[in-house]
Amino acid sequence: MGNKENVALNKKSWVSYISEYGAFIALILLVAVISIISPEFRTAGNFLNLLRQATFNGLIAFGMTCVILSDGIDLSVGSTLALSAVICAKLIMEGCPAILAMIIALISGVILGVVSGLLVTKGRLQPFIATLITMTAYRGLALILTDGKPISNIAKSIGDRGNQFAFKLIGKGNFCNIPIPAILLIFALVVFFFILNKTTFGRKIYATGSNAKCAKLVGVNITLTKIIVYAISGFMAALTGLILISRLDSAQPTLGDGYELDAIAAVALGGTSMSGGRGKITGTIAGVLIIAVLNNGMNLLEVSTYYQDVIKAIVILVAVLSDRKR
Amino acid sequence: MNIEMKGINKSFGSNQVLKDAGFLLKDGEVHALMGENGAGKSTLMKILTGVYTRDSGTVLVDGKEVLYKSPQEAEKAGIVFIYQELNVLFDLTVEENLFMGKEITKKFGICDRKAMREKAKEVMDRMGVDIPINAVMSDLSVGQQQMVEICKALMVDAKVLIMDEPTAALTQSETEGLFKLIKSLREKGVSIVYISHRMEEIFELCDRITILRDGTYVDTKFIKDITMDDIVKMMIGREIGERYPKREGVEIGEEKLRVEGLTKEKKFKDVTFSVKAGEVLGVSGLMGAGRTEIMQAIFGNLPFDSGKIFIEGNEMKIKSAQDAIKAGIGFITEDRKTEGLLLEKSISENIVLANLDKVSDKGVVRKAKVEEIVKKGIDEFRIKCFGPQHECNNLSGGNQQKVVFAKWVYTDPKILILDEPTRGVDIGAKKEIYSVINDLAAKGVAIILVSSELPEVLGMSDRIMVVHEGKVTGIIDANEADQEKVMTLATGGTL
Repeated sequence: MGNKENVALNKKSWVSYISEYGAFIALILLVAVISIISPEFRTAGNFLNLLRQATFNGLIAFGMTCVILSDGIDLSVGSTLALSAVICAKLIMEGCPAILAMIIALISGVILGVVSGLLVTKGRLQPFIATLITMTAYRGLALILTDGKPISNIAKSIGDRGNQFAFKLIGKGNFCNIPIPAILLIFALVVFFFILNKTTFGRKIYATGSNAKCAKLVGVNITLTKIIVYAISGFMAALTGLILISRLDSAQPTLGDGYELDAIAAVALGGTSMSGGRGKITGTIAGVLIIAVLNNGMNLLEVSTYYQDVIKAIVILVAVLSDRKR
Repeated sequence: MNIEMKGINKSFGSNQVLKDAGFLLKDGEVHALMGENGAGKSTLMKILTGVYTRDSGTVLVDGKEVLYKSPQEAEKAGIVFIYQELNVLFDLTVEENLFMGKEITKKFGICDRKAMREKAKEVMDRMGVDIPINAVMSDLSVGQQQMVEICKALMVDAKVLIMDEPTAALTQSETEGLFKLIKSLREKGVSIVYISHRMEEIFELCDRITILRDGTYVDTKFIKDITMDDIVKMMIGREIGERYPKREGVEIGEEKLRVEGLTKEKKFKDVTFSVKAGEVLGVSGLMGAGRTEIMQAIFGNLPFDSGKIFIEGNEMKIKSAQDAIKAGIGFITEDRKTEGLLLEKSISENIVLANLDKVSDKGVVRKAKVEEIVKKGIDEFRIKCFGPQHECNNLSGGNQQKVVFAKWVYTDPKILILDEPTRGVDIGAKKEIYSVINDLAAKGVAIILVSSELPEVLGMSDRIMVVHEGKVTGIIDANEADQEKVMTLATGGTL
């Protein structure tokens, strides 16, 4: 191996180093700039608040990352969130113990995800179309179940103290002053990092998204891999739904509307390839935080909400362009 | 058209791919351009046709210096490059492809389909090609797609045609058709640059040959003054010795795989054969005869209607690739780029993916085991790379194929099916792959070698199975086989 070639390789890895951590660099710059402009922004209280706000999009975006890495997309997350949240609230109102209701809601999330996965694999539908179908269907079901009305005062209707505590804890609780949702977000980040980087299943997700034909021929069960990936996404959506209804103490059938787009934006910001096979969960968390910081910062700076969307779009555009390889 | 290229230099970044390369093409000749992969053949031709610009050097066309800025400019001058990776729009029809960007129009830019159809028909008749003009490209065979590409070149009255490995995906009869066409073009004064790794074709078709090595011009000779060994020596700069290394002292053992009455409607019928440990069974046949389909069926990737598969004497139900791998079958597909490798992933990831169970512990991948197996693979198969993280995209064809071999070999297959293992691989790497095959046979692996290159099948096999239109027309001992016998069986004749 000639020296010249080694130098060339090192140079390349230096460039890819920057593009690899581009989202983090953008995040740091953003935090620095807003911190300078807004004293409110740089308080510890606001950072915790920001982290809690990031949780909803973050948890969904983690599931979405897996789906996109496998060369899919999941548009149904917002509806899945609403339907499983409504199921949970409905069960509680009917007198089901809250802990059991929450577990059933999480299982529902998994099942709803599996349905999308089956449509993609066994039904051979394009992921976009398959999850467009489930997205519409789940939203409709949530509206049917609630008759279009919100279910309110959930916590009050829980008789048992332990169950009531559990229901409140997931959305409103704190541990050592850190909001429970934020702790869940960090815990989920660690779990997803482990799955994607250290397990055989993680390798299978990447391989499926990179070249499904090849993966199949070396014995990867692509069908199963894809179904599990959608199940994970459904689970994460349901979990987010539980946190939301716990915080709001109310479950609306319109909950989570448009969340899929924020999640996809975060994944894209994090540098994951929309055609699968390439991407990192650490990129996604950076993307999630960028969006959260923008929202939080612009609110504190009292930027008009009309301008907020345009600015967000520009940030995403710049980040994605600068991340583009070749 | 006479073309003279002199002292051409070209670098990509710090990597000089052409150093003082040259080439001289005369009117109405078929000129072979040979060299190992990476010798700079394609780059030289891309400089001629304006895909790349040269750093220095001269290109004279009919005595005048030219510098084409784009392939379109070269095309206008009558120089057309038919790429190895076909440049077709798969969702469009033959007609739309033929006239893409050169539509014949009536007033207001409305397509004159009648005129286009007539012109297309005229060119296709002249070539003796019979392809429905309204067919969608993706419904055609690769061979037919290639014919369309050549027709496209002739649409613009090409005076020089450059063909890069045109027969790599053609059937025997399509190849014959192509050769006939090339010869008739030559008579009409069209010059042809013919890039190929297949020696037999060069000797059948070409008038002169130019050899490049490491981006440098080596020599130009008349084909009639030269032998295959001379060419090889010039290409690699040393003697390569025997083209097909001998397997010595390999004992042929127990039967590993037996297939009985394997049938799939319209694809293959009543296929019965067996392979023993340490044996290489060559599988020959024309393109489209069903060889690949039979192998895909054995590997569980193509459901079949009836028939039985026995591994070491036990009948196995193989319904998926996972079943096949569990039963001890490995499969190296004919299409390395789309089926054999995760091209955008590293060597390490590719080797590991086939061996996930080996490198993991309860679903968790162990880094040390990964490093061990990948290092072993790179050393054992002499994969030329920067290291385990080298992306497969940037490896040469031969080295890519070695990665594919490495990933399968560590699954410890009892039976290894090789479908066109040396396609698109240069002569040096080919020999290394042959040695790998021999080593595997020596270790007692039963090997099925599917190949369109007859000399390869004859040189490497213990027995040869010939397939014609989905049926096995004969299984002959390699000692008794020759080119003629195999071809007779492959075309449906009897011995």
